[in-house]
Amino acid sequence: MKILVCIKRVVDYNVRIRVKPDGGGVVTDGVKMSMNPFDEIAVEEALRIKEAGNADEIIVVSIGAKQVQEQLRTALAMGADRGIHVETTENIQPLTASRMLLNIAQSEGVDLVLLGKQAIDDDNNQTGQMLAALWDRPQATFASGLSFDGGKATTIREVDAGLEVLEVDLPAVVTVDLRLNEPRYVKLPDMMKAKKKTIDVKTLADLGVEAAPGVSSLGVRPPEGRQAGKKVETVEELVKELQARGLVND
Amino acid sequence: MTKVLIIAEHDGEKLNSSTAKTLTCALAIDSASVEIAVLGGLQCDAVCDQVAALDGVSRVLKLAREENSVPVAAVYAPQIVELAAGYTHLIAPSTTFGKDLMPRVAALLGVPSVTDVMKVIAPDTFERPIYAGNAIDTVQLAEGISVMVGTARPASFKAAGSGSAAAPIEAVETSAALPTHSRYIELRQQASDRPDLQSAPKVVSGGRGVGSGDNFDVIYALADKLGAAAGASRAAVDAGFVANDMQVGQTGKVIAPDLYIACGISGAIQHLAGIKDAGTIVAINSDADAPIFEVADLGIVGDLFTLVPELEKALP
Repeated sequence: MKILVCIKRVVDYNVRIRVKPDGGGVVTDGVKMSMNPFDEIAVEEALRIKEAGNADEIIVVSIGAKQVQEQLRTALAMGADRGIHVETTENIQPLTASRMLLNIAQSEGVDLVLLGKQAIDDDNNQTGQMLAALWDRPQATFASGLSFDGGKATTIREVDAGLEVLEVDLPAVVTVDLRLNEPRYVKLPDMMKAKKKTIDVKTLADLGVEAAPGVSSLGVRPPEGRQAGKKVETVEELVKELQARGLVND
Repeated sequence: MTKVLIIAEHDGEKLNSSTAKTLTCALAIDSASVEIAVLGGLQCDAVCDQVAALDGVSRVLKLAREENSVPVAAVYAPQIVELAAGYTHLIAPSTTFGKDLMPRVAALLGVPSVTDVMKVIAPDTFERPIYAGNAIDTVQLAEGISVMVGTARPASFKAAGSGSAAAPIEAVETSAALPTHSRYIELRQQASDRPDLQSAPKVVSGGRGVGSGDNFDVIYALADKLGAAAGASRAAVDAGFVANDMQVGQTGKVIAPDLYIACGISGAIQHLAGIKDAGTIVAINSDADAPIFEVADLGIVGDLFTLVPELEKALP
């Protein structure tokens, strides 16, 4: 089995983001950037599938400016075999990204595409589903469990009502949730070895895709914050406050 | 003129409360023509009746066929695409159901999708949260996008009322070829008599500080006294204290109850993203510096195993 893992470079999840004063997005200059944590789980899962003897090759792909190669290198250091960098500085939205990924999935002849359920910057939660639609293949979103049997995969999906078991034929797209695994740490020697692995650079034109954003941002603002209220000393006081607000019976 | 189609979420018998909230979002786009599609098994009449009773619905479209008895996005999407002609907006609730389904529909139609609409500014312009709700983006569809496809964030809209009149229910058939490559096996669910977490007006949640699954009994006891739903933080779910369907937060459920009581929850940013629309937040935590106190309307510092049972007893 050949696996394609899609990774996105995002503001590190530990960074407390700030909205730019002019509303043109959030501050990213001088801010720590990392692999989207959900995508890191996808990379880890691919490695485990290969280690269990169910895959021969893991290709990682990322779309963006030159710097996304840092995240590709991290994935290669974790153990992926080779990378593809779709180089562009244009605004790439999920539908466009999924068209590029479709091109790559088909030309590489992959059996499984793994990616995070969403990126933690724009929180769209769309790319995996869109890729599966354009490819006319199954999708298993929010996966917290994944196993294989011949040409089929059984996934456990974390849905609002509980855990859904969905069986899909391969090739398929699986978007991963937090509890699927805990990604490994990258060791320095692995980082050095990863430098020898190949990253192919492609352009949008190579993939026959135009950026064509379908949605534009008119401005970004901070949310209405909640103010800290008051601390009470005793449960009796707490009950009185709740009664005063009509939240519990007198 | 706009014409909105909502995709109802239900479990085969009962309409999910998020559908009535999605209706409120749709009515903010256009109050003249909002229709709701029910994709369900052959016995989905009860759900159709509940949908028809919602205030402001013009028409209910019933797509009853055996394959629709379970919600598989790859099976639902081609049918919705076939229905889409004539509508300017296709919207589902921003739940795991809607988030799974609508991007697939959008891609088949060759249009973008707008996730988590929290406010309608204009028929083509919406506010949505990004960065776990730490920024709000106003997005506009590009010219030439024929249909808006998206999901409505349930915590941002009040449920539409019901009962004033019954909208007509029309059975429709589609000829879309349905794939067999995705097979629903089962849903593993915790049995619970407590109210539904997503729609309950009161919620009591426990975090890492609760310490174990058995200790969650103190959370359940308070919840039951209040008639509240029980929830949990990611830390409590990761630790295996409770099942994933109880998780409140960025991953998990985003909720907006009138009263939210957080017990032993420190208040990680991802958890706060799930409760910021709550009416009153009460925090019970032994750490006076926990971030939960920065957003709590009422806070009390102390041991939850003393305070929570004390609160339960003190409530009438």
